Amino acid sequence: MSMATTEDGTAGRIADQAARGTTPAIARRIRGLSDKAIAWLFIAPTILLLLAINIFPLIWTIYLSFTNYQANRPNRPITHVGTKWYQDILSSPDVWAAMQATAHFVFWTILLQTLIGFGLAYLIDRKFRGHAFWTTIILIPMMLSPAVVGNFWKFLYQPQMGLFNYIVSFFTGIEPSSFEMLGSVSLSPWSIIIVDTWMWTPYVMLICLAGLRSIPDYIYEAAEVDRASPLRQFWSITLPMALPFIMLAVLFRGIENFKMFDMVNLLTGGGPGSTTEVASITLKREAFEKWRTGYSSAFAIILFVAVFGLANIYVKALNRVKQR
Amino acid sequence: MSQALTTAHSVVAPTPLARRIAATIVILYALVSMIPLAWILMTGFKTPPDSIAYPPKLVFQPSLEGYCNLFTTRTRQTADYIQSLGPPQTICDEITRKRDMVIAGPSNYAPRFWNSLIIAFGSTFFAVSLGVLSAYAFSRFRIPLADDLLFFILSTRMMPPIAVAIPIYLMYRKLGLSDTALGMILLYTAVNVSLAVWLLKGFIDEIPREYEEAAMIDGYTRLHAFFKVVLPQAATGIAATAIFCLIFAWNEYAFAVLLTSGEAQTAPPFIPTIIGEGGMDWPAVGAGTTLFLIPLLVFTVLLRKHLLRGITFGAVRK
Repeated sequence: MSMATTEDGTAGRIADQAARGTTPAIARRIRGLSDKAIAWLFIAPTILLLLAINIFPLIWTIYLSFTNYQANRPNRPITHVGTKWYQDILSSPDVWAAMQATAHFVFWTILLQTLIGFGLAYLIDRKFRGHAFWTTIILIPMMLSPAVVGNFWKFLYQPQMGLFNYIVSFFTGIEPSSFEMLGSVSLSPWSIIIVDTWMWTPYVMLICLAGLRSIPDYIYEAAEVDRASPLRQFWSITLPMALPFIMLAVLFRGIENFKMFDMVNLLTGGGPGSTTEVASITLKREAFEKWRTGYSSAFAIILFVAVFGLANIYVKALNRVKQR
Repeated sequence: MSQALTTAHSVVAPTPLARRIAATIVILYALVSMIPLAWILMTGFKTPPDSIAYPPKLVFQPSLEGYCNLFTTRTRQTADYIQSLGPPQTICDEITRKRDMVIAGPSNYAPRFWNSLIIAFGSTFFAVSLGVLSAYAFSRFRIPLADDLLFFILSTRMMPPIAVAIPIYLMYRKLGLSDTALGMILLYTAVNVSLAVWLLKGFIDEIPREYEEAAMIDGYTRLHAFFKVVLPQAATGIAATAIFCLIFAWNEYAFAVLLTSGEAQTAPPFIPTIIGEGGMDWPAVGAGTTLFLIPLLVFTVLLRKHLLRGITFGAVRK
């Protein structure tokens, strides 16, 4: 960021010098519309759109979160309830159960994706023949629609004829109809973790690969000269130098999975019972099934604040990686 | 091979054995991760009984029934009635009649797919247009609080869609934008513009300012220089950004399922609702999913050099 400012300064000076070197009339023509006017003209539409579609609704949500408004009864008189919803949410066992389900999901997906993703990146960085082709193949799942793919995984998970159960039984000998990935309380949280890991490991892999490639060869050469063992090289060079990239991937996956909705909604819909009811599913049930608009607005604000905090850390991490 | 020619680089080069092991594991992972996709493709060409056979059928007689069912609605008829009809007009007629049914009309898949196209391309056009202007301003001018504005722009993309959808739902109901393509285009534009600004700023940062400055000294105005010099230079970046926006809008589900139900419904909320007689019509779902995913496969291949940039908002450029 600071780089950009200095560049700006030099460029401004060059333009000024160019302008000064010519007659005032030409100088005015060089400038045309003043740069400042152009800058605001160019930025304004974006900011206005975001104000209309993001900020105005956000303020509205904050207002609603202090009322008893219900979207399916728009004509009912609105009464103000103060911070009642916030207190209800923070003391509600359902919300804490949802937060626990979310935490379980976020923790395991990140752990698995980081381990497998980094491992794959490390192997791809051995630069075997054809690694570029296979990297592209591996990347495919993350480009696909989580909803459409999640819907199809429902088919793979069918206990009677699903491919997943068949493959598991093929390797373990467990009866394929004896377990239900989506229907059982103990397995359903893992069913969504498996799909998410399948989809997003490539994402972590790609960022880790960039991290590994950013390590200059001469560091390894120096380590080789010092007779550092391969294991020592991995712990003292590879891992610490790739760490900012790993952190970036972890943060982004953390934010995305914290607000996960589409894949889980189609795969389990939060069920069975509420075992896979992550925060976004709870929010959808409250807002669009029970129509408790005030309550769900308060819940939305709480999620906003959490994501906003995470996003702040994420942008700092982004900038740190950018300086490399 | 050339290991004998010891250069400074070969000190850290992996041994052939290490390479072979790495290749084996990576290729194995790639193949296993393709199984679900291969299964989607295969299921689309199965008959409904084949699709739910146990053990799962790897070898089967390919059929177009899934694709026929995807694009049509059918009604059950008596054998006498079907006999009384003339010879089947299309291959789908023939397949449907074998199941004692006749085609009643087109299904909603084609219109939903069309909605997806309109909304994805419309929102991408607006997001990239707005994004390239803002990105240029952020890249070239000193803007007060630029970092804060950029963070604000990015943070709007990070918001949980369901949380955003509550007030949007109310607002669209008041404005009459519920279940309209225009409403969805506006919404997706707002979500995508943040990605567009961040990505394009990176691309424009890479274009030397000297180009525009030279043009301006030659008598171009700043606006002229922007359109005649910067935009052509940024063409690759604009194309890559547009594809990322297309992918987002194409894949989006949360807003679509909450804010559209009929007229403007896109394909992702529609595909899970495809049902046949007595449960999901898996071949039709497989067919619909295959057709929906094909554009994404093409995009992935086109974008492979820019993927890293796209998923890190332009921060990591390789």
